[in-house]
Amino acid sequence: MSEDVEHLKKHIKFYVAIGAALMVLTAVTVWVAYIPFGTTGHMIVGLSIALLKSALVALFFMHLSAEKKLIYRVLVFTGIFFLGLMLLTALAFQDQIGRLVHQN
Amino acid sequence: MEIPYNVKPRPDTGLYNAKVGIWLFLASEVMLFGGLFSSYVFLRMGADVWPHHILDVAPGFINTFVLIFSSVTMVLGWVYAKMGNYKWFKIWVGCTVLCALAFTGIKSYEYYGKFHHYGVILKDGTQITGHLEKEETNDTVIAIHPDEHQAYASGEEYLKAAGGGEHHVVLLQRKDVVWFSNFQPKYNTFMAIYFTLTGLHALHVLGGALVIAYFWGPGSKMFYTDREHFANRLEVVGLFWHFVDLVWIFLFPLLYLL
Repeated sequence: MSEDVEHLKKHIKFYVAIGAALMVLTAVTVWVAYIPFGTTGHMIVGLSIALLKSALVALFFMHLSAEKKLIYRVLVFTGIFFLGLMLLTALAFQDQIGRLVHQN
Repeated sequence: MEIPYNVKPRPDTGLYNAKVGIWLFLASEVMLFGGLFSSYVFLRMGADVWPHHILDVAPGFINTFVLIFSSVTMVLGWVYAKMGNYKWFKIWVGCTVLCALAFTGIKSYEYYGKFHHYGVILKDGTQITGHLEKEETNDTVIAIHPDEHQAYASGEEYLKAAGGGEHHVVLLQRKDVVWFSNFQPKYNTFMAIYFTLTGLHALHVLGGALVIAYFWGPGSKMFYTDREHFANRLEVVGLFWHFVDLVWIFLFPLLYLL
């Protein structure tokens, strides 16, 4: 039990460190938004930082780095369907035949 | 008869029931918010014009810090509960609830600001955003105190043409006005998707806060009667809370910065 406590105390330091990293990345996100990268540049940089922050939350706060196989299997399907959802809308603008969408 | 694997994990999967349940629920939540995010992409890519500087970055920035901090306090509360330290479990989980209330308070302040912010579209297509000068507004005239940074380029051009220097109040004839509204969902597409996304997210924050408050208060009795079960419940509600934080991590840059 005391081993568990020592082990958990190390976790506490680690969680606080991850929290601090997330705060720093948030500040970076705002700082970078005021650098003139252009619209596409801002999208790529902003979303990359957001992806990094969400990876930290998912892997460490949500313990996904050490989860069981069943959870990973469920999330693979989630990932596939989420990607499909995003591609459906983004690729609608490549639709040559339908021409439903006003193209800029 | 006790439900099997409520606390002790199943030997084949290594998981207790609630953990499978919460991850399945979170998978469905990914599709819920994912659908709305993809709508945002679709609406923005299909729009001729998209507004800028409509949202004040500072409250959104503070809210991001508040939620990240609340994620840290939630996971710390769970660790201390597992360690059997009631005092620090109470403190950290209590902090999480306070952070949730702070988030919704700041969001309410933002919404209040939006409802008192106005936009006018003139017949020539010019869009001017600003605050209403109520004393000078009447049946024939709308008096707007324009924003320093206009949401649309046409507004900037109109104000430049109106004359240099400080624009204290701009008087617009109602007969020249096609659209006049405060910033509510109907104002434009951006406002509609902004209120939908942040409103749904805020409901999740409130719902999560309620459950966490229950475990902090009346539900904390289980800390003494069945500590492992209690720690599992905290872990599971923590997973929901981290997901809520995750959604905001994407919402903030998407709506406020990009």
